[in-house]
Amino acid sequence: MSAAATARGQSIAGVQGLSPFRLGLRRLRRNRAAMAAASILVLLFTIAVFADFIAPYTYDSEVRDTSYAPPQLRWSRVPGQWLPRPFVYRRWYDFDPETNERRWYEDRSRRYPVVLFARGEEHRLLGVFRTDRHLVGLGAPIPEPVPLTTKIEAPDEEQLPPRLYFFGADARGRCIFSRLCYGARISMSIGLIGSAITFLLGMLIGGVSGFYGGKVDLVIQRLCEMVMMIPGFYLMLALRSALPLHLPATQVYLLLVVIMSFIGWAGFARVVRGLVLSIRSREYVLAAEALGASHPRIILRHVLPNTLSYAIISLTMAIPGYILGESGLSMIGLGIQDPEASWGNMLSEAMAIQQIKDHPWVLLPGLFIFLAVVAFNMLGDGLRDAFDPQGLTRQVPT
Amino acid sequence: MLTHILRRILIAVPLLLAMSFVTFIFMTVVYRGDPLAQYRLDPTTSEESLNRLKKQYHLDRPPIVRYFLWLGGILRGDLGFSLHQKQHVWPIIRSRIGPTLLLSLSAMCCAWLLAVPLGIQCAVHQGKFRDRFFSFLAFLGMAVPSFFFALLLLWGISVVGVLPLGGYQSPQFDSFSFGRKVADIAAHLILPTLVLGFGAMGGLQRIMRGNMLEVLRSQYVTTARAKGLSETRVVYWHALRTAINPMITIFGYELSGLLSGAALMEIVINWPGLGNLMLAAVRAQDQPLVMGNMLISGVLLILGNLVADILLALSDPRISYS
Repeated sequence: MSAAATARGQSIAGVQGLSPFRLGLRRLRRNRAAMAAASILVLLFTIAVFADFIAPYTYDSEVRDTSYAPPQLRWSRVPGQWLPRPFVYRRWYDFDPETNERRWYEDRSRRYPVVLFARGEEHRLLGVFRTDRHLVGLGAPIPEPVPLTTKIEAPDEEQLPPRLYFFGADARGRCIFSRLCYGARISMSIGLIGSAITFLLGMLIGGVSGFYGGKVDLVIQRLCEMVMMIPGFYLMLALRSALPLHLPATQVYLLLVVIMSFIGWAGFARVVRGLVLSIRSREYVLAAEALGASHPRIILRHVLPNTLSYAIISLTMAIPGYILGESGLSMIGLGIQDPEASWGNMLSEAMAIQQIKDHPWVLLPGLFIFLAVVAFNMLGDGLRDAFDPQGLTRQVPT
Repeated sequence: MLTHILRRILIAVPLLLAMSFVTFIFMTVVYRGDPLAQYRLDPTTSEESLNRLKKQYHLDRPPIVRYFLWLGGILRGDLGFSLHQKQHVWPIIRSRIGPTLLLSLSAMCCAWLLAVPLGIQCAVHQGKFRDRFFSFLAFLGMAVPSFFFALLLLWGISVVGVLPLGGYQSPQFDSFSFGRKVADIAAHLILPTLVLGFGAMGGLQRIMRGNMLEVLRSQYVTTARAKGLSETRVVYWHALRTAINPMITIFGYELSGLLSGAALMEIVINWPGLGNLMLAAVRAQDQPLVMGNMLISGVLLILGNLVADILLALSDPRISYS
């Protein structure tokens, strides 16, 4: 009895030595789902940052003769080697005169091995280092040990270079895997930038509203209610309609972020306001006031920092909204425009049912959107469980 | 109650004004598209008739005057004239309201019919396999992008081939008997209803589960059990009525969320609703149609919120808006 009590007492004493942040972090680490989500996100962000290195081709590198090429990766055993080696054949197609379907042919005279750090198109790694190395690519061809004779003559290599398609090719013969890597840049960053803007607006407006109360609060709350009543998707479409449909990708990107955070700040401001209302009456705020601190100083230095952990949780939960908004708009042709790659506009090819039926790999970008959204949701849930056990950030879902 | 409804409408009016004003300013001042562009392209249109059109639709006036003329028209029940479609805006929009409402309402019914029983099951069997499974389902519903889910289902259907692949009616719809017409629309409705309903279900189910857990811990439930009532009666009669109450608050939010979400779904499956119309109008830079559509969808949302408020007051005697 006494031994157990001492042990418990010691462990409690040990826990008490940790800050609430450390405690939260410890809870977060124990949450396996949240940690899995975090590692998925790290992977996706890495892909986004090093997209031009990881992708074998650039987003607009196209070979029309490989339009809708299915995913291809073959494995061969090399004597004496334990692991099988991946390789590809050159492929081309023609149309079946009767069914009008694509018929694929392989040039089985040469194998193109898949190698690491292969030479390819030149790019700037991280925007600085000029290099032509890619993480994966095709090496020099190896003649097939037993060349198979085909009746159909293969086009020469000038016209039809060998291509590495992990995930198949799209309508214009571009590598879907490469485009997914480039698309990650847009989808992974838009949520961060969007929620950063939402963060600034929501913190400021919610903070002022909760701190001053009274008439200021009343006016701001009515304003929030109004913004929350806006049919978001319709307003997005309407505002988008005011601008030319074909704009450079960077401008569209900024436009999407601004429009979406303009719609999204209100809900967040309400959360902040609620938190500020409760913090406002704490002793340390009174103390600051008694010491003669100015209102902006109290709000910025004493009140808002204490809402920070809740704010970050709410924002993590808000990021999927931005990702979905961008991909939705891009999918229907109002977001990022075609040669540029985004997960949304890659999906626009899948809007024709015949395409899904014949070339199901055009659906892959949707899987990545799903993955990113799930990961952010799970991480948000985990953060909430770890840092907000009282459930202050729980709100009515919109 | 009446004053509350009036107040809600009073808030809605400036909102609609602001929304339409922003849209208008964007479309006329920022973009400055030429509404007569397609008439100019037609060589048979004379300069004279162009000028006449300009005068008739006040295109020669400054934008701010045109905005007020548009507002005045609305007060007289005239949403304007779409030069692009050569038709009044209201009849175009009116024909689209039905399908959009039908889709939103059926998706909502689907979501509620799934969420409430599943939420109850989760709460009653807390921590067991059933709870975990349905909670996972709810999580999936919240996370899977509706358009991606719809495309996946379309793929499945195109392989199996039992349901229509998008759209609202079969091509031969007009020749059908009444019964077949209903069946036809119902068959087209299944896919989008499932997708939107599944998406909306997740959040609802989580809240229902939370409410139910809280209620099941309360003392009157213990009393009911102590009285010897059957567990079914305790859960579905005593606890459910209290647990479902807060759900009605969400009703309005849910409806507005569905109306917005339905827009994208309409585009993906080619459903002839307001969202699809909006996209067409945006692509054609058809300003009167965009404005009218914006206004009508705003009104629909506000009506949805109002209905939610009224329902809440009816269901919870503690709430009176006075």
